[in-house]
Amino acid sequence: MKIGVPREIHAGERRVATTPDVASQLIEMGFSVAVEEGAGVAASSSDEAYAAAGCELVASAHDLWARSDLILKVRAPEGDEAGLLRPDQTLISFLAPGQNPDLLKQLTASGATAMSMDSVPRISRAQKMDALSSMANIAGYRAVVEAAQHFGRFFTGQITAAGKIPPAKVLVIGAGVAGLSAIGAAKSMGAIVRAFDTRPEVKEQVESMDAEFLMLDFDDEDGSGEGGYAKVMSDEFIKAEMALFAEQAKEVDIIITTALIPGRPAPRLVTAEMVGLMQDGSVIVDLAAETGGNCELTEADKVVQRNGVSIIGYTDLPSRLAAQSSQLYATNLRHLLVELSPEKDGNIVVDMEDEVIRGATVCKDGETTWPPPAPTLSAAPPQAAEVPPMPEPVEHKPSVAGPIIMVAVGALALLGLGAVAPPSFMAHFTVFVLACFVGYMVIWNVTPALHTPLMSVTNAISSIIVIGALLQISSADTVIMWIAAATILITSINIAGGFAVTRRMLEMFRK
Amino acid sequence: MIGAGIVTMSYIAATVLFILALGGLSNPETARRGNWYGIAGMTIALLATILGVVTQQYVILLVALLIGGSIGLVLARRVQMTQMPELVAILHSLVGLAAVMVGFASFMDPDAHFEGIEHTIHDIEIYVGILIGAVTFSGSVIAFGKLSGRIGGKPMTLPGRHLFNLGLLIGAIWFGREFVLQSAAGGGLEPLMIMTAIALLFGIHMVMAIGGADMPVVVSMLNSYSGWAAAATGFMLSNDLLIVTGALVGSSGAILSYIMCRAMNRKFLAVIAGGFGTGGGTVASGGDAEQGEVVPIEAHEMAALLAHAKEVMIVPGYGMAVAQAQHIVNEITGALRAKGINVRFGIHPVAGRMPGHMNVLLAEARVPYDIVFEMDEVNEDFPDVDVTIVIGANDIVNPSAQEEPDSPIAGMPVLEVWKGKITIVMKRSMATGYAGVQNPLFFKENTRMLFGDAKDSLDAVFKAL
Repeated sequence: MKIGVPREIHAGERRVATTPDVASQLIEMGFSVAVEEGAGVAASSSDEAYAAAGCELVASAHDLWARSDLILKVRAPEGDEAGLLRPDQTLISFLAPGQNPDLLKQLTASGATAMSMDSVPRISRAQKMDALSSMANIAGYRAVVEAAQHFGRFFTGQITAAGKIPPAKVLVIGAGVAGLSAIGAAKSMGAIVRAFDTRPEVKEQVESMDAEFLMLDFDDEDGSGEGGYAKVMSDEFIKAEMALFAEQAKEVDIIITTALIPGRPAPRLVTAEMVGLMQDGSVIVDLAAETGGNCELTEADKVVQRNGVSIIGYTDLPSRLAAQSSQLYATNLRHLLVELSPEKDGNIVVDMEDEVIRGATVCKDGETTWPPPAPTLSAAPPQAAEVPPMPEPVEHKPSVAGPIIMVAVGALALLGLGAVAPPSFMAHFTVFVLACFVGYMVIWNVTPALHTPLMSVTNAISSIIVIGALLQISSADTVIMWIAAATILITSINIAGGFAVTRRMLEMFRK
Repeated sequence: MIGAGIVTMSYIAATVLFILALGGLSNPETARRGNWYGIAGMTIALLATILGVVTQQYVILLVALLIGGSIGLVLARRVQMTQMPELVAILHSLVGLAAVMVGFASFMDPDAHFEGIEHTIHDIEIYVGILIGAVTFSGSVIAFGKLSGRIGGKPMTLPGRHLFNLGLLIGAIWFGREFVLQSAAGGGLEPLMIMTAIALLFGIHMVMAIGGADMPVVVSMLNSYSGWAAAATGFMLSNDLLIVTGALVGSSGAILSYIMCRAMNRKFLAVIAGGFGTGGGTVASGGDAEQGEVVPIEAHEMAALLAHAKEVMIVPGYGMAVAQAQHIVNEITGALRAKGINVRFGIHPVAGRMPGHMNVLLAEARVPYDIVFEMDEVNEDFPDVDVTIVIGANDIVNPSAQEEPDSPIAGMPVLEVWKGKITIVMKRSMATGYAGVQNPLFFKENTRMLFGDAKDSLDAVFKAL
């Protein structure tokens, strides 16, 4: 099956749907890969590199679309692209079917199969195909880099000969994939990082990255929606939230907002008033600019100055790190293709029984298959499955009677023995009991690392039983003499072998 | 000839030296000296007995000593460290056999004259000595067979095996009574022989019924038995040196067995009763739930993970011994430590087939012992560990021991590797461990599986480093 990778035609888009590395892996899987000339140049993948990986280079996009069975893209088709699609073709890219109903109609009408990378369900099995998370990760990182670019001071605090530099304070709103990535990046540059999220279960993740989690005292309200995304909160909650942000705005130098609710305009979290509270030179990076922005003053795709605060509204942050995002996106695509070609013969089968493939497919055979039936699993552990109340461990109370009876029987047996046994036996018995106690005391001190040498050395010294044979070898009875001789033979194997192997082992224990 | 008093003094000296030998094992530094104390004690005891008690047959005695000693030295030199459990088992069997032979010789000794209750006690001592010796002998031979792979590791569970054991016990007691009665009248050889046969059979059956995972308990239990056999022989011969030494060895083995049982959260009697560890035959009750997917990893990816880690923990298991991977583990350890990465080893008490098995293998490969730690020493550190490597271990890193109250291994102390940042499990296949329990660790999000022979995989990792 031939895969076609066209150049992205969206203005400013630098990413490409496959990299030379991934292309060679696809070829190994049995596909053949054709790439439009210049497709990867903006993502630092030259035509030569693709050719070296075994790809065919095609000069014109029309040619490429005409000759390919499977089209891999980053952005949704634009302009005449959708019109090039034939019924026997499959298209995989970001499609955002919820936001682009017209495109969905057009794709359906073409009769082709279209799969949307942003519709891959968020279940554990599909994590390796989750391109949204890959892109969000990059966006979060890039947001910090952009903030650093526009922020006039260090992130890290320093004490220098020329005076003290306080560390930058960063507030990250929304601790999803992008938020966590931003926290990590800001943290590793030395900033003090705080994070806020409506979903209490992310507290642990935020704290694991050494950032401070800002809490609101709302016990009952949990912002976790389906598929691990956030949902719309109550008015009261939002009021308290806004008060918190206003408070923080006075203190922090950088605000990075990543709050998104699927299929809705981005929530307004940072008002013009709060921007006014921020110090001059502060920076706001708004990752939600595409859907209206979390900040009231954000302008999409622009950096604006308001009240001395730089507000960054780039919507193409992943594209600004094109080599990295192309590589991750290409790998996500490759994983999806692995799922799609169970026979590993370079042909794809769109199996609508498979939850992941079903979720990603938006249209097939002239029918719209979006939205898919609701996914069954949340990415976060579902509450219900968490802890089925554990049965109280039934404590078997050790019966008091048992040990008492044991001790009593033992004492009686010993007393009985003492009553009948001759004094010589009692002397030996005393020695025996004392030796057991000495052994008990000594052995507990042995370090567990030396348990094997312990066994071999006790083995050697237990061959002291040879004394018995030595006592008997001078017997006048020939049978006894020979038995004793044989016993000496086998115990001396044990003595020499036991000590020698112990020595060999102990020699090996070196610092 | 030297006097009886000097012989006794020598025995006392030997006793003290043996105790010092065991005491020295508290630390690897003092252990080497301790071993010399043991050798000195044994030499003194032998010399004193040969010079003070033996009157004839010096030639045969010396020839036997020399032949036996040479065989022992050759064995000790040739044995692979991975075969230590087998060697220890076969040496135990020799002690058991010696106890049986000394017992029979003592019974037949025409010079022994005991009257009344002393005669009865002497007979009982012989009987008990031979009984323990025979069980030790046949049990150790079977353990040797199982450990060396000559006999399958699966437990043999005969129907009604507990009744069978009970029958053997009652038989042994009944024949003991017969023996004492007949011996008083001058006979008794016949019941003694029958009892020996019963004891041998019991030893075979007992070890046959015990599965591979319980081998550390069996080996230490047989170690204990060999000591009790020596002690019983000491009673029989009225020799305090044998009694003391036997008691020392016996309690040592008993403590080891206890430690092993505690490490598996099992009752000693339950281990001895056998039947545990069917090697995949049973399905764990908790294992039915959907487990999810494992994430495989390649050797070069593993090398990259290791190269970028700060804290690495290695958890070896029996699989490392099988693959003979300890040397390459040491080379990787050396390479990582040269890069300033902190590498440590976490050893579970029952990892391997014998108490301390892993420590000996790592020591053989020249891993410094001060980076090898016990489970309790490192278990709390896992959250700070960047990469944990589990080499051929399964049950000892199974989270269901803590998480599933109805799991067969519930309550067993385990290494909490899943609390680390990334765990790489090296395994030959997805098969379950000896307990036959599925391991949820493999399906955790931060677990990566590297399938294949541990040695080959680690070779590849080392090259990639």
